[in-house]
Amino acid sequence: MKSFVDNRHAPADGRPEHPDNLPLAIHDLTVAYHRKPVIWDIELNIPEGKLVGVVGPNGAGKSTLLKACQDLVPKTSGEVHIYGAPYKSCRSLVGYVPQRESVDWDFPVSALDVVAMGTYGRLGWFRRVGKAQKRVAMDALERVGIEHLANRQISQLSGGQQQRVFLARALAQDARLYFMDEPFAAVDAATEQAIVTLLKELNRGGKTCLIVHHDLSSVTRYFDWLVLLNMRVVASGPTEEVFTRENLQKTYGGKLSLLDDVVDRLRHVSS
Amino acid sequence: MSAVKSGLILLVALALLFLSAGSVEARESAWQDWGYVWKVLTLQSYNARLVILSTSLLGMASGLVGTFLLLRKRSLMGDVLSHAAYPGIGMAFLVMLLLGGEGKWLPGLLLGAAATGLLGVLMVLAIRNTTRLKDDAAMGIVMGVSFGLGVALMKMVSNLPQADAAGLNSFIYGTAASMIFGDFLLILVVTTGAALASLFLLKEFAILCFDESFAASQGWPTLFLDLAMLGLVTSVTVVGLQAVGLVLIIAFLIIPATAARFWTHDLRGMLALAAVIGGASGWIGSSLSALFADFPTGAVIVLVAAAIFLVSMLFGPARGVVPRSWRHARLRRKVGRQHLLRAAYEILEGQQPDVAEPIRNLPIALDSLMTHRSWSAQQINRLLRTARNEDHLEEAGPGQVRLSEAGFGEAARITRNHRLWELYLIRYADIAPSHVDRDADLVEHVLDAEVVDQLESELQDRPSSLEVPPSPHFIDQRAESQAIHRKA
Repeated sequence: MKSFVDNRHAPADGRPEHPDNLPLAIHDLTVAYHRKPVIWDIELNIPEGKLVGVVGPNGAGKSTLLKACQDLVPKTSGEVHIYGAPYKSCRSLVGYVPQRESVDWDFPVSALDVVAMGTYGRLGWFRRVGKAQKRVAMDALERVGIEHLANRQISQLSGGQQQRVFLARALAQDARLYFMDEPFAAVDAATEQAIVTLLKELNRGGKTCLIVHHDLSSVTRYFDWLVLLNMRVVASGPTEEVFTRENLQKTYGGKLSLLDDVVDRLRHVSS
Repeated sequence: MSAVKSGLILLVALALLFLSAGSVEARESAWQDWGYVWKVLTLQSYNARLVILSTSLLGMASGLVGTFLLLRKRSLMGDVLSHAAYPGIGMAFLVMLLLGGEGKWLPGLLLGAAATGLLGVLMVLAIRNTTRLKDDAAMGIVMGVSFGLGVALMKMVSNLPQADAAGLNSFIYGTAASMIFGDFLLILVVTTGAALASLFLLKEFAILCFDESFAASQGWPTLFLDLAMLGLVTSVTVVGLQAVGLVLIIAFLIIPATAARFWTHDLRGMLALAAVIGGASGWIGSSLSALFADFPTGAVIVLVAAAIFLVSMLFGPARGVVPRSWRHARLRRKVGRQHLLRAAYEILEGQQPDVAEPIRNLPIALDSLMTHRSWSAQQINRLLRTARNEDHLEEAGPGQVRLSEAGFGEAARITRNHRLWELYLIRYADIAPSHVDRDADLVEHVLDAEVVDQLESELQDRPSSLEVPPSPHFIDQRAESQAIHRKA
């Protein structure tokens, strides 16, 4: 598989690599579903304390990248290191905000119950959620500004409020590195503003956030580091360096015809 | 949580009481009334007591396990399990016969049922993962084929000259009446297991059912948890085969959980209620079938559960049909009333010659009210009737109405809420003034005092008095000019 890949668009950060200290260092990562590659030969080094936008067209593998970093999908090849260690030995350093549509909001739990799930990892087997966990969850709800909805059943929340519940749950994880899958998708203006404020706050606290994002118009305002992804990393680096017409053209416009062709053939063989 | 616990303790206590106490007749006079109820419910015979307690316990276990199954969206897996368990009974019978046994040793039969049941579930997973068939097709295949295999095996077994296979067929529809103490103990063990799992694995199962990938990202072994859940479902299904039969056990798993969901939005509450509903169905159903002999126990239990489901679906306060439509109707009435009052207020605003003057409560022509929101004659008559009943409105000569004092105050308040919300939308949500009316229309009716306070503080440059701010957009000019015209 690897021989088909050209490496012209290798990571563009141009800095000396210190994979041991980096919040996220990805080497040679490939993930395939049903033998169809979704992300291919990803090389990525994310420095500490950045708000990182992960941007690319639909089907570019943004969510898959986030999932692969947390061992949620099997890797075909490659390695991911989080603060120099494999994911499974440093889970407590990572917080996760999945896509809002990935769960059934009809589930019979309250907003507080969902946020308390962020503490389950530290709580461990068999132990029940107690006062301490509820306080953590309540604090997290306060930080996203919906503490007054703590006892509301989650289906009775608006889309924006549901998104805030997911963010609060990640806050309750008290992590150093956050993976957020489209937190800005389909939220109201007030929620968008609340999320931005929260991200800046996390950023000031030295946290690193990887955020899958769709809206190109807000990229430069929200993120100080940008990863352009279209199956492979088109570019990665400080937003002002990476956010160029040429790079966007490569990400969204210019078809990677050879790759498409090979993918098509693979699909044909496997079906 | 404590409800589950105390329910369990109560049931175990009851079980021991009944199995050890012997006849209820010996009780003292204080127990007479209760004794009578119990007499009806327990029918005084050891066997009936055994059956009733067993089916109640089974109902509780299915309620608990069914809740997780439902929330995991795997309800039909229970059906696959029970159908695939059928050939296992025939196979176990054959194997035990070959090993020189009698063949009809129940634990052995149930073990066989569990084995092929699980195999059936694995086959569904295998079909789904290796082909592009979806779950429903894979389940249909496995269910049909395994049941067919079971029927063929049963026929074969019953034709064996040396074996007495009579009664093996009872697993299809269940024969609760033939249960013995050993069956009761088995069910007790399974119910205890289900209750313990609901107590101690509640958060683990909850996070798995709600958000599998988040659970996995935290390091929870989702496969193991799924297997644990599958193990619970299997044991409930298999011990339930004898009581309610393989065709009906799925109903016993699903119905209590779905019924409970209509009453509560809380997982713990749902578990407790599902257990209670399952237990009650078992208790009432088996009592009824014992009272009226020849009624098949499994079917009556499921019908009782269905009756409880129906009541829950209609009247459950969390999401029942009746409470919901009642809430809708109430909101509709409120919306209609508020629209009428705001229309009246806006017309009065239009009639006022000088903006600086306070608005006077003048008579309003019915025609201008109708055109203001394009109401039909029927709609406006209904609205006017309600408003009159609430003393918001009174007649003021032919074709004219006037707001009462209370109505005028209410109209001013509603219009003010509407305008505040409009201003908020324009300022914070970038909605164009020309579109804001419609957007605000939907929301103003649910603004309570707290939200209005918040709006006021957000829009701080507005005067904090109770004065109604001017509309940020044009109100239908035609209505206004007509109103002015009429006044002239």
